[in-house]
Amino acid sequence: MDINAILFPILVLGCMGVIFGAILGFASIIFRVEQDPKVPLVRECLPGANCGGCGFAGCDALSEAIAKGEAPVNACPVGGAAVAEKVAAVMGVEAGSSEKMTAFVKCQGDCDKAKSKFEYYGVDSCNFEASVSGGHKACAHGCIGDGSCVDACAFDAIHVVNGVAVVDMEKCVACGACIKACPKKLIELVPYNKRVRVVCNSLDQAAAAMKVCDTSCIGCGKCAKGCPVEAIEMTTIGNLVPPAKIAKIDYSKCVQCGKCIKECPRGAILKV
Amino acid sequence: MSLFVVLMAAIFVNNFIFCQFLGLCPFLGVSKKVETAAGMGIAVIFVIALASAATWLVYNFILVPLELNYLYNIAFILIIATLVQFVEMFIKKSSPSLYQALGVYLPLITTNCAVLGVAVTNMESGYDFITSIVNGVGGAVGFALAIILFAGVRERIEKCAIPKPFQGFPIALISAGLMSIAFLGFSGML
Repeated sequence: MDINAILFPILVLGCMGVIFGAILGFASIIFRVEQDPKVPLVRECLPGANCGGCGFAGCDALSEAIAKGEAPVNACPVGGAAVAEKVAAVMGVEAGSSEKMTAFVKCQGDCDKAKSKFEYYGVDSCNFEASVSGGHKACAHGCIGDGSCVDACAFDAIHVVNGVAVVDMEKCVACGACIKACPKKLIELVPYNKRVRVVCNSLDQAAAAMKVCDTSCIGCGKCAKGCPVEAIEMTTIGNLVPPAKIAKIDYSKCVQCGKCIKECPRGAILKV
Repeated sequence: MSLFVVLMAAIFVNNFIFCQFLGLCPFLGVSKKVETAAGMGIAVIFVIALASAATWLVYNFILVPLELNYLYNIAFILIIATLVQFVEMFIKKSSPSLYQALGVYLPLITTNCAVLGVAVTNMESGYDFITSIVNGVGGAVGFALAIILFAGVRERIEKCAIPKPFQGFPIALISAGLMSIAFLGFSGML
């Protein structure tokens, strides 16, 4: 047997390997991308859930923006003050304070309080059900309860309890994923410390709102009149006649006295 | 054989996934969302087009003259791995936005047997340079088509009530099988 028949292929493949290796080696030098050394350091401080709550494409994108100075050091709503402090240390600046926010579902029309208009046996998703005559609830604006927000939450902070989604405020990081998932636009971010909230999002006129749910806001305005600091405003929604109104609390003015809770004849304002 | 026939045959009749069962691992792994499936599909088209050109050149200008044809498998793997690495570096430098779109998928494609499959088919069929590239792009477009269609199916399946034993991969494999049967309708057309 000719020894060359073994050596020759080894030589050729070896040469190819060396050449390709050399090409890659040179390429890595030529094509090296200069990266800010702060980016990986900032990235390490961030939680890494890639939830997008900061408005950037993920933790990598945010860390780049912070390193470039395009985003504030407390831009991550998930990490809160602890992360902001660490990032600030990396960037060498002071961490500003950011108010802790939490998601809040503006509906308490559970299986007992809200009327149903039909039984739904379709795909288990709020978006699907909302396209079937607005969902099974008689109130066209209430929580459908199929839990699309539960699926969207990466932190196990929202659950459907008795037909209505409820946020676990201790777990909620205010990333806003549930807000995007809700077809009824029922969820909003509110300050964590402000516990007196209007738990209704009805856009119906008083009579209709009263018919479909036991605890709907009918826009009577008693809470606004009773409020000692004028923190409640009755907002008109749509252009119905007579106008459909709903109470809105201005959280910057609200002092949490809870007087509105007693004033409300419908139980639509709660201390949660 | 005209280029058009080669292209159509590669996309539909000899579809990588449904007819040749090549590249099944990204097909099942990256097909949960249409968005990511599309990203993967485009990355595969890009890599296969380059790989079929590079492997053709190396095969016909290095292996054949040296009478080392039988080494094609190992040589192709070497070329593809190098090429993907090189392309990744090149894109990272020249086009960060393209890198963000394809970046995650490129290393996955290194080990995608569909890429090697194209190179071997080109060699065995004795295609010339242009036909090789057309065959490669066609196969890759077929792959992209299959993975995007399948991702659409899977997105819908997710929303359905599936019996527990079938949840996840079992139902995915069953639907892939049904799609494969549908694609068999193309066989014998060209």
